[in-house]
Amino acid sequence: MKKVYARPKVLKKAVFHYCPGCGHSIIHRLVAELVDEMDIQDNVIGVPPPGCSVFAYNYLDVDMLESAHGRGAAVATGIKRANPDVLVFTYQGDGDLAAIGTAETIHAANRGEKITAIFVNNAVYGMTGGQMAPTTLLGMKTTTSPFGRDETTEGAPIKISEMLALVKGAVYIERTAVNSPSNIKKTKKALRKAFQAQIDNLGYSLVEILAPCPTNWKMSVLDSWKWVDEVMAKEFPLGVIKDTTGL
Amino acid sequence: MTKVLMYGNSAIGEAAIRAGCQCYFGYPITPQNELTEYMAAHLGRRKGCSFVQAESEIAAINMVYGASATGVRVMTSSSSPGISLKQEGISYIAACQLPAVIVNMSRGGPGLGSIIAAQSDYFQATRGGGHGDYRTIVLAPASVQELADLTHRAFDLTDKYRVPVLILGDGMLGQMMEPVEFKHTAPSTPPVRSDALRGAKGRSSKIVKTFTSKPTELEEINWSLFRRYQLIKSNETIFETFMAKDAQMMVVAFGISARIAKGAIKSVRANGLKVGMIRPISLWPFPYEKIKQMAEKIKNFLVFEMNMGQMVEDVQLAVEGSADVSFYGRPGGVIPTPSEFARVISRNYFQKGLKIAK
Repeated sequence: MKKVYARPKVLKKAVFHYCPGCGHSIIHRLVAELVDEMDIQDNVIGVPPPGCSVFAYNYLDVDMLESAHGRGAAVATGIKRANPDVLVFTYQGDGDLAAIGTAETIHAANRGEKITAIFVNNAVYGMTGGQMAPTTLLGMKTTTSPFGRDETTEGAPIKISEMLALVKGAVYIERTAVNSPSNIKKTKKALRKAFQAQIDNLGYSLVEILAPCPTNWKMSVLDSWKWVDEVMAKEFPLGVIKDTTGL
Repeated sequence: MTKVLMYGNSAIGEAAIRAGCQCYFGYPITPQNELTEYMAAHLGRRKGCSFVQAESEIAAINMVYGASATGVRVMTSSSSPGISLKQEGISYIAACQLPAVIVNMSRGGPGLGSIIAAQSDYFQATRGGGHGDYRTIVLAPASVQELADLTHRAFDLTDKYRVPVLILGDGMLGQMMEPVEFKHTAPSTPPVRSDALRGAKGRSSKIVKTFTSKPTELEEINWSLFRRYQLIKSNETIFETFMAKDAQMMVVAFGISARIAKGAIKSVRANGLKVGMIRPISLWPFPYEKIKQMAEKIKNFLVFEMNMGQMVEDVQLAVEGSADVSFYGRPGGVIPTPSEFARVISRNYFQKGLKIAK
């Protein structure tokens, strides 16, 4: 019999603490599969900053250095500069990468740091209980935008991936989602390419992944998956945003 | 070994390279720019080494954190307002028990303050500085030679105890030129710690983290840090005494103000005033025991700082009420002269009813 499914070697035998329907567990698994397939388990350092995924080190069996909130790109820069042969990835949420860590992100990209950002966009601050994020959609109710996000006082959802595409040192940026089998496959392909761009020393790579957060969106799992397509992906269109890798 | 004439800031850079510093991350701020510039010119192109001008002091200290975790010797530098920004990162470095050398060539504050030398960061430097229960070793040089020597020592101390080391200088020390001799040559291959995070080659994967959801686990981490701090207190308290033997009044000063005080003490000694000085070189750990012991015989202490009175509180703690502690300070970047301080010493000396030597 042909084996078609197995636990990735790099995925620790632990029960995810993530809520049912959360995108993180899928993305963790994709990272684990890739590290296995690319055979780089002994040559990877992951950087998880605060957010629901700060506990990524409980699930991924690779070296991990927890970062302060928003500082992932700077921490990854330090790791990579001191140790250029290691594959370094950050695993950041929308608040982390697109609010408190904007400066670190843009400048790491601009220096063309050979690091990869796995940017999970679920339009809310999940770990702290569903506050408004920089990527929260207009009109969307959160605990700190109880009447719906209002563009005149809170600004519009920030499209950090499109902004980063203007930066020369960023060589590969793609936006994907994990709300359907085909989107999950595309996400894995994008992550593989982002890692490869780093291995080939080409520059900064980022994959923005639209991920459902049924708990804080106050939706059923199925509704949240639909909402990614019907609402989120309208504001944040899926696809390659920039690719100068030639890969 | 020959002496070379160097700026204090550049001497720190040269000493760091000779100590095997492999990475430097910094951000421009006066009065320490010569150090960042020195590292750009002399470290960046060394084999295996890296210099990054970061986008902010916050980014720079977090680069230090990342590089230190991979086991290399790493340094950053800044001046007062920039050091405030670094406090977040220093707290994480302390929590993860990672080595790092941080230089503060301090200037007048609060706020943007002035770019002239001041010592108003003493509290921030010696009380940890950032959030949480932690300490950093704090070394306070008083000459360009000592900047070089203590920079080398700082790298050894931070590796030995895995506690961040802060070098607290000031704008005057950083920007003055003095002859300096470097006692070490740079290693051909910079050292890498064996406990480094460099990918799980030949071992199981490792996590370096600060966050825990278990208060009891965090309590144990705090206890283990403080056990190490006890060890540092007993092993690494350093100070210098000057004309202390028959002194009836002791000046207490650190860094550049100790240089000024020495000139003042020499001139009052010439007039028969029995005045000496103790200069704490490690500000943390502070020489509480030594000062307490001195206070058994000497009943008058005069603390001299270029601030509104910060170290004076440590001297008061040290003497435990058994001696009189006075203070003279000039804040804001005003540099007192030796003759000005000599007048202060004389006035204080005679007000206390102390007698001159026959």
